[in-house]
Amino acid sequence: MLKLKRYLLQYKKHLIIGPFFKWLEAVFELIIPLVMAQIIDVGIAAGDISYILKKGGIILALSFTGLCFSLICQYAASRASQGVGTLLRRDLYRHITRLSMPDIDRLGTSTLITRMTNDINQLQVAVAMLIRLVVRAPFLLIGAIVMAMIINVKTALIFIATALAVFAVMYLIMSRTVPYYRRNQSKLDKLSLLTAENLSGNRVVRAFSRQREEQDDFKEASEDYAESITAVGFISALLNPVTSALINLAIIAVIWFGGIQVNAGSLTQGEVIALINYMTQISLALVVVANLVVIFTKSAASAHRINELFETKPSVEDNNTNTHLIPVKGAPKISFVNAGITYEGNVAPSLSGLTIDIEKGETVGIIGGTGSGKTTIVNILARFYDATEGSVLIDGHPVKDYPVSQLRGKFGLVLQGTKLFHGSIKYNLTWGNPQADDNDVARAVEAAQASDFVYSKGLDDTVMQGGKNLSGGQNQRLAIARALIAKPEILVLDDSLSALDYRTDANLRKAIRGLDKSVTVIIVSQRANSIKYADKIIVMDKGKPVGIGKHEFLMRTCPVYKEIYDIQSGVTA
Amino acid sequence: MMKHTMLRLISYSKTLKRYVAFSLAGAFVSVAFTLLIPLLTGRAVDYIVGKDNVDFQNIGKIIGLIAGSLTLSSLFQWVMQFAANKLTYKIALQLRTAAFNKLNTLPLGYIDTHPHGDILSRVIVDVEQVSDGLLQAFTQFFTSVITIAGTLVLMFTLNVTIALVVVIVTPLSLLVAFFITRRSLVHFKKQSEDRGRMTAFIEEMCDGHKTMLAFNKQEYANEELEKINQSLYKSGFTSQLYGALVNPVTRFVNYLVYVGVGVVGAILAVKGTLTVGELSCFLSYANQYTKPFNEITGVVSELQSSIAAANRLFELIDTADEPDDSDAEALSHCDGTLVIDNVSFGYTPDKPLIKNFNLKVEKGQRIAIVGPTGAGKTTLINLLMRFYDVNDGVIYLSGKPVPSVTRNSLRSCFGMVLQESWLFEGTYAENIAYGKPDATMDEIVSAAKSAHIHDYIVAQKDGYDTVINDGISAGQKQLICIARIMLTLPPILILDEATSNIDARTELNISRAFDRMMKGRTCFIVAHRLSTIKEADVILVMDKGNIIEYGTHKSLMEKGGFYYNLYNSQFRQV
Repeated sequence: MLKLKRYLLQYKKHLIIGPFFKWLEAVFELIIPLVMAQIIDVGIAAGDISYILKKGGIILALSFTGLCFSLICQYAASRASQGVGTLLRRDLYRHITRLSMPDIDRLGTSTLITRMTNDINQLQVAVAMLIRLVVRAPFLLIGAIVMAMIINVKTALIFIATALAVFAVMYLIMSRTVPYYRRNQSKLDKLSLLTAENLSGNRVVRAFSRQREEQDDFKEASEDYAESITAVGFISALLNPVTSALINLAIIAVIWFGGIQVNAGSLTQGEVIALINYMTQISLALVVVANLVVIFTKSAASAHRINELFETKPSVEDNNTNTHLIPVKGAPKISFVNAGITYEGNVAPSLSGLTIDIEKGETVGIIGGTGSGKTTIVNILARFYDATEGSVLIDGHPVKDYPVSQLRGKFGLVLQGTKLFHGSIKYNLTWGNPQADDNDVARAVEAAQASDFVYSKGLDDTVMQGGKNLSGGQNQRLAIARALIAKPEILVLDDSLSALDYRTDANLRKAIRGLDKSVTVIIVSQRANSIKYADKIIVMDKGKPVGIGKHEFLMRTCPVYKEIYDIQSGVTA
Repeated sequence: MMKHTMLRLISYSKTLKRYVAFSLAGAFVSVAFTLLIPLLTGRAVDYIVGKDNVDFQNIGKIIGLIAGSLTLSSLFQWVMQFAANKLTYKIALQLRTAAFNKLNTLPLGYIDTHPHGDILSRVIVDVEQVSDGLLQAFTQFFTSVITIAGTLVLMFTLNVTIALVVVIVTPLSLLVAFFITRRSLVHFKKQSEDRGRMTAFIEEMCDGHKTMLAFNKQEYANEELEKINQSLYKSGFTSQLYGALVNPVTRFVNYLVYVGVGVVGAILAVKGTLTVGELSCFLSYANQYTKPFNEITGVVSELQSSIAAANRLFELIDTADEPDDSDAEALSHCDGTLVIDNVSFGYTPDKPLIKNFNLKVEKGQRIAIVGPTGAGKTTLINLLMRFYDVNDGVIYLSGKPVPSVTRNSLRSCFGMVLQESWLFEGTYAENIAYGKPDATMDEIVSAAKSAHIHDYIVAQKDGYDTVINDGISAGQKQLICIARIMLTLPPILILDEATSNIDARTELNISRAFDRMMKGRTCFIVAHRLSTIKEADVILVMDKGNIIEYGTHKSLMEKGGFYYNLYNSQFRQV
């Protein structure tokens, strides 16, 4: 909780003003029973009706001023709690956007969402309560005790004992419930995950008629969650009854010991009434404290989850945030030096021993079996993951030395499973370069072989999230156009032609080459034809490069390549 | 709208009468005894008159009564709270499962066209909000109402004049609360909407995280989120402030009551028609009587938030399902024949995609669907699997019109491998056995071997029991989806770019397994690799939603039309 303090400090003014006015209101609240005691002890005793009316007027004035103070406090509380939530959301999201791929994969989208929404909402409630009640409730408590002391020290001991007993009960209950709240939140995460999976795999669920099982799984997880919150409710439901029992016991004590003292002449009847009034006031304050305890316990669990996310360091760190690197003269555009990576949690490396220099303007093809490490090469080149062995250089500098934004700015990446976003076609096309003019767009769309459907739909036609309203091939072509519009130095097409027919595939590659001779193009493909004419071809097999060179060279020297090529050209099939 | 939603929420407690009864009875008993305590206390105070004038014997008796009352009131308060807890979470459970179950009965078009994050937010966040509100309502509403009624009765029996003062002043607080809540509902609704928008945005961006990183769009994403965030700040602030106004204002009204009781009571006491003890008791009641008004009004603002959330939830639950098929017969045997008779379809009726489409498929035929991207191949699959219903015409499966059989039995005739592989968080074995949960380990392994993914799986940490992690490639995902089908072996196969992410070597190996599997099975293949579909019995060449050519590879090549050009482009030099 303390680590989130800096957000509260942004609202220092509100944090002081709010509780201060709430405190003033509480002072008035404490004075009111005193005035009432005067009405009873003085007014009634003397039969002085005008005195009674005058004191009544004072109470009225006090409570109206109290209202005004309280409104000021509520305003401050609303501003501060929503403000803190808003700042937190901004920063937490900023942090999320800085995370790299392994982090997002590991955490999963659903927990990120619950933390951004549910957990922050919980903290907002806590901040509001903090301002509204944290000063008021203890003050009323202590104030009532002090007032009781002023009236009669001996009876005040009852107040102190009661307060201590109630706190002990609260502590007991709280310590039992804290672990539950944390567990509850992770159970809620599980529900999110199941829902998100069902949404993304809805077709598959239906295709296999697994609706019932999906529903059963969800029901089971929901029941588990419901049971867990009911269990914690069972414990925290004890809080109010036990507190009120303790208070009433204290009232009994006040009557009995108060009675003894009145009998001895050291206390008046009016004072006994005032003491009972204060006790009632304490009981209200304690109920509030009890609720605060529950809210703060819940929020502590949420704060913990938020802090945990903040403390997740991006596994790809931006080491250099401001020095723009200038290309080293004479250095190849890209060089891999014995580069490789073992993904976290895996035993075997997914890529090892890749060494190759790629010059500016060259076209490089990467081909190989499923899971042979083709995409992994792209991952370490664009630093979605950091290479765990060897090094990767661009323009003579290790990729780790670049500011991440400069590094990625060099690329036009069309990734495997690339995503389009909800918005117009134009919005998607200019996603990497919002300044692009209609000419740029038209040229790229043309090169990506997308003119027919882009212009028949119109640039303002809506694309749905993930490009769901477009076919696989349309998605790929838009993604390619989007990458071209970003005017990259290095264009990477990672299996981004797979949904295209061969004719479109060929036309597209030709058009891209014709667009700008200085662009270095990397094509990852399953199709030998797509990379046959590349300047260099990297053949991957089980995480290792097994051949690098031109088509003819590989046909002679690389059995893996020859086999792939032969199968596809129908020689052996 | 508010009342309607409230009633509907309450109707969920129908099956939970036990808990409602317990919570009502608990509230009733605990309130009754709670109210008794000030009465007893007042009486005790009357026995404490002054020096040497305290009646300890009677006080002792009263204390015994107080002790009894407090025990009962606390016990029943706990019963009430616990019952309310149960009640709330049971209702939340019903709501949440209803919302989730809806996801599998909605027309697929709903899921295709709504942001997943927004739907997710309804199932998760909105249900939480509803249950927060309900819990408060159940625990505080009952007790509050009973307390108000009880104190009124007691006060009237004690002294009619003071009771009247109380009755006249308090409705003010309700009026104020009513006035404020009338105005705030719209803000709460806006807040819920903003929350949904935010969830949708985060979901979309996390989903496309790699693309965002690739284009250096972090700043942009941050700015976009901040726009929604600021809008949420505004709606959140106004709703919270409105909600927060209610309590202080009603508290002020309470003080009006308190002063009224005090002053009138004091005057009556001066006149001798009221004892001081009774006055003390009245003051307690005045407090106790007004407190519930505070609580009710407090609950009202929480409830508003919940009602806004409940409305979003009900909107999802009330969306029309796919047409009911419970009367339809379950197709027990599928012979693998299929007839498409004059079918027309468009995702929106005004934009027809497939027009007057006819096709007759014999058992065991291999149908290749080829055509440029966007030609409507995936749409055809949506219709075959009945993910979408045709606008016009009929599809007959196994001689039966499709609408006359249940969707589940229809779909179980098909085995589908889609371009986009879907795996869930679970082990390799669980993912492969998705279509046949009772499969033995041997069956799973042999399916994985046919799909050429066995070697990869056994190399994982825990073999088939390894939970699938992010190291897996797109091609491997696709192989697992293929293994799923290898395990279920349905009479009709649909392979939609099923091998698009798989390399040629693996594909060749798989195709042998596919060949074995396809024997005697009707098979629809969507692919761009014309070499893999050359042997098809029928090739459908689609363009712009229509079948433009139809025939075998040989006849189409001879015809020299669209297919001919397409085929040749495969080997065209660049």
